[in-house]
Amino acid sequence: MSDQNLYERYHRQIILPEFGEGGQQKLLKAKVLVIGAGGLGCPALQYLAAAGVGTIGIVDDDVVALNNLHRQVLYSVNDIGLSKAERATNILQLLNPDIKIIPYNERLTTKNTLTIIDEYDIIIDGTDNFSTRYMINDACVLLNKPLVYGAISQFEGQVSVFNRQLLKESNEAVNYRDLFPDPPRDGEVLNCAEAGVLGVLPGIIGTMMANETIKLITGIGEPLINQLLTYNALNNQVYQLNLSARKETRSLIPKDEKEFLKTDYEWLCAAPILQAEIDSDTFNNLIANGNVDVVDVRELHEMPAIDEFKHIKIPLAQLADNSSLIKSENIIAFCQSGKRSLQATKILSGIFGDTKKVYSLRGGILQWKQDRAKQPV
Amino acid sequence: MSIRIILFGRLAEIAGNSVSIDDVVDTDSLVNALNKDYPALNNTKYVIAVDKQVIKENTVLNKKSMVALLPPFSGG
Repeated sequence: MSDQNLYERYHRQIILPEFGEGGQQKLLKAKVLVIGAGGLGCPALQYLAAAGVGTIGIVDDDVVALNNLHRQVLYSVNDIGLSKAERATNILQLLNPDIKIIPYNERLTTKNTLTIIDEYDIIIDGTDNFSTRYMINDACVLLNKPLVYGAISQFEGQVSVFNRQLLKESNEAVNYRDLFPDPPRDGEVLNCAEAGVLGVLPGIIGTMMANETIKLITGIGEPLINQLLTYNALNNQVYQLNLSARKETRSLIPKDEKEFLKTDYEWLCAAPILQAEIDSDTFNNLIANGNVDVVDVRELHEMPAIDEFKHIKIPLAQLADNSSLIKSENIIAFCQSGKRSLQATKILSGIFGDTKKVYSLRGGILQWKQDRAKQPV
Repeated sequence: MSIRIILFGRLAEIAGNSVSIDDVVDTDSLVNALNKDYPALNNTKYVIAVDKQVIKENTVLNKKSMVALLPPFSGG
């Protein structure tokens, strides 16, 4: 692109005295990796591409679904079923053809994470699960990459900048494990599919993440280094906390690449009895065979309501106290996406031991409904 | 001495956005009192901040202390 065009495209930010042509040059030279092209990733990507970040990597192995569109504002109905990383790349390339955008249509694992992250200056975490979040954090600590963190639940969001020294001479760089040393187990904390999320919330938090990234690159303002900001969309309350490093944290993080490769992040967050999980077909067969109690472990108000099969409602938190309601030899627990029901199988197996068989509907009632819609009538 | 606590996310669902707890002198006794009043908090993961600083160990509170409890979020 000619210098004239370049000047014109970024004119309104270049004329900011703090920013200037120097700031623009820094952005054009910067390489930013956005992990997760979902609720947080979409707005972050839009602003980073628009601002002229020279190289942007987009990691996501998921495809666009209709229930993404209320918050993942890059995509349209025509994109349903298509790769998010690839669609985001094409859409953003139309917005700004002069920057380089690289899609990674793959799932991050310990095998590819270090190689991909190593290519970039700043990493943005817009993922939707703890195992990937902890893996990204640890990889950024190992490779000494600043990590722009954002996470959301229902109406609230958190933003921070991890793994970056506040002052060059200081050696204290706080990371995610200084805040939450160990991952919660699967189902302990609900994700968007289970807890719900107001569509505009990731728009706000993802935009804040882009802002933090731009400040880090250009050196303007005060990025959220060693701080955690929380935002509540219902009452607009913003709460900012100071974080400090813990001595013990380093011992929780793999000490080198070899140890990182051997760490099983899925397992750290997963329930141990995956064999208890059944798919929709098995679920239907078990019900047809009889001698089974189906238990809805969601909260009582959760939708969709189920009238397709007989079941009893016992929210997960009350399950242990109400297990006497379950009489049959076989128990199938279900919830929204299959996480809480997996927790339920642990609780129920603990209570009933070998006297009953306990199952969890994989993918939850949402998956079951989808599978059912596909069946010929 | 009554201490005001603000809660976030799932914790606010359990106990409300803000609660006051009487007769606690430090964060350990505050957690015990909270667990008694709201048993569901017992098995919930969170960090404690006193006067906007995340703490790592038991911390003495005074009547002006502002305590916040924050859970981890995974959504993106």
